[in-house]
Amino acid sequence: MKLSCNIDIRHLTRVEGHGNIRIKISDGKVVEAKWEVVETPRFFEAMLVGKHWENAPYICGRICGICSIGHTLASIRAIENAFQIQPTVQTARLRLLLKHMETLQSHILHLYFLAAPDFLGTGSVLPLINSHPDVIQRALRLKMIANDACDIIGGRRIHPIRTVVGGFTMLPQKKELDGIRQRLAAAAPDLVASAELFKSFATPSFVRETEFVSLKGENDYPFIGGEMISSDGVRHKEADYRKMTNEYCVKGSTSKWSKLSRKSFAVGALARMNNNFGMLHSAARNVASELAFAPVCHNPFMCNVAQLVECVHVVYDSISLIDELLALPLQEDRQTVSPRKGCGVGAIEVPRGILYHYYEFNAKGTLVKADCVIPTSQNHANIHHDIEEMAMQYSQTNVDDRDIELLAQMLVRSYDPCISCSVH
Amino acid sequence: MAGPISFLGVPLKRPKVAFFEFTACEGCQLQILNNEHTLIGFLNLVEIVNFREAMTERSDDYEIAFVEGSISRSDEVERLLEIRRNARILIAFGSCACFGGVNQLKNRFADLDWVTKEVYGDFPVETDEVHPIADYVAVDLNIYGCPVKKEEVEQIVTNLVVGKSVKIPDFPVCMECKAKENICLFELGEPCLGPVTRAGCDAWCPSNRRGCWGCRGPAGVVNMDQLEEIFNNYGFKNVELIDRLECFGGFTDFTSKLRTKAACEQRKTEGRS
Repeated sequence: MKLSCNIDIRHLTRVEGHGNIRIKISDGKVVEAKWEVVETPRFFEAMLVGKHWENAPYICGRICGICSIGHTLASIRAIENAFQIQPTVQTARLRLLLKHMETLQSHILHLYFLAAPDFLGTGSVLPLINSHPDVIQRALRLKMIANDACDIIGGRRIHPIRTVVGGFTMLPQKKELDGIRQRLAAAAPDLVASAELFKSFATPSFVRETEFVSLKGENDYPFIGGEMISSDGVRHKEADYRKMTNEYCVKGSTSKWSKLSRKSFAVGALARMNNNFGMLHSAARNVASELAFAPVCHNPFMCNVAQLVECVHVVYDSISLIDELLALPLQEDRQTVSPRKGCGVGAIEVPRGILYHYYEFNAKGTLVKADCVIPTSQNHANIHHDIEEMAMQYSQTNVDDRDIELLAQMLVRSYDPCISCSVH
Repeated sequence: MAGPISFLGVPLKRPKVAFFEFTACEGCQLQILNNEHTLIGFLNLVEIVNFREAMTERSDDYEIAFVEGSISRSDEVERLLEIRRNARILIAFGSCACFGGVNQLKNRFADLDWVTKEVYGDFPVETDEVHPIADYVAVDLNIYGCPVKKEEVEQIVTNLVVGKSVKIPDFPVCMECKAKENICLFELGEPCLGPVTRAGCDAWCPSNRRGCWGCRGPAGVVNMDQLEEIFNNYGFKNVELIDRLECFGGFTDFTSKLRTKAACEQRKTEGRS
């Protein structure tokens, strides 16, 4: 039995934003085990009040530097739903392709730069540049394809430019899309090698039964809009997102928390895969079985594997999307916007889970109310309870303090939290 | 890291560099890890000793501090002062650090209590008026942009390493836009702050057919009255001009003047109807 342990991590590293982990075990009893979010709040929802509709996607993209494309698209979708604008098929395809490329760059960044150093025994990616040059070059190749694609579709890899309500300000050229297609097709060996690398890592065996929330795909693996579902059987329409998120404030955290059927739930790659496994591209499902992933998986450390599987899915799905885009002439695509009084919700699966933007407009198209519910804020309670459970389990063992400390850090990192985002 | 570096055959010392963030989205720091084709070479130019988003090791022994984000809480002021004490060169990194960024949009509400209540209800959350970092510490260099342009960052860091002076353009975005032979966005029906915004982004937004929102702040010399006239001549109202000018905080003096004017116009219109 473990008698005592005192872990106090201030500003966890290799995550986006500021969070602390505190675990105190005394005489074999867990005295304290918590996840604290101390990030400075920015008040985006208040900033938007009184602003003209056009500002929202532009300003809200700035909620996050890693998933700015997802925020922009969720914001655009909320406005289009409020003003009853239906994007064209071409716009929908280009947006999904752009989203896929954000997912790929974000997942690769997390897997190789933030998570892999733990498994390879270093404090950061920097020593790996010399010790594992092939690994780093592979990560850079994959990340570069995704970022280059974001440049040609969105105009920029962070805080996109071309994405607007009603369509795009400018379209990529067909030869640019074809160039991305060729590079994606050539990335297959890098994806195989990535799977091999993560197969060689020992995933900690920690398990805690969890409720998973994601969009529910009807025919496709879901990314943009549609109904939300939980693995406990709750199902809601996009417009009823509040019934899914139930946000509340907690002491010691500047981010809100969420709950549904239990005291917490999880969103993200693991939740998406647990809820929609059958709709993944067959190549992705093959990688999942190679990496011993089977739904429903309750090990939070498997989020890394789920992200890797999703990388495979988005690469193959992007190739199909580009083929569809190349089959027809690309048409200038920007609908005129007629504001009206009303409200709209945009629900989108971003790299870390389901993201909601909700706006209310007056007849002039001025924002009177805004609400953004962020994936990481939905995950915080689950992260906290995972840490609690982990502390409970380790209080009964002889595991070294430093091992617990590392495992607790790896646990939080496996959620790939975007803390600034969660404290928007 | 890799072997020694030199410039024109003269051996160079890698400066110790640290990255810090305050109220921000960390997008500017993320840019550091972008531009994958030059990333390894860029990382080899410096010795990174502090970069929480990407590495676990930390050290207070650094020469250059890149500070991202604006200041909006008392603990941030203390941490910023400590960074200033440690750093030989302190760089305001990105529009939030330079001008307050989008975060300062909350400053337009006189009542901070309303702002916190709108987001957190009655739950107590500490926040202050948003300020750029220069309101608290001396800043040696501003790197503008939301986000910063990685190519510009690479150029600036290279100059710092080899001891060359750093020159940030003071001419407006319009010049870069014209050099790229873009059609003026006003002609395409889109308002643009290109005539008054500091260049250096290579007309990033206008070249993607989106008007400039002024994220790099004012150019060296600006004619705001002329800008207002251009907006009005092309049929754009002052509220649209205000939206753009106040978005990143670089044009605060002018926007407050314009706000008062727009409010008067609004009252006049309402009086007539």
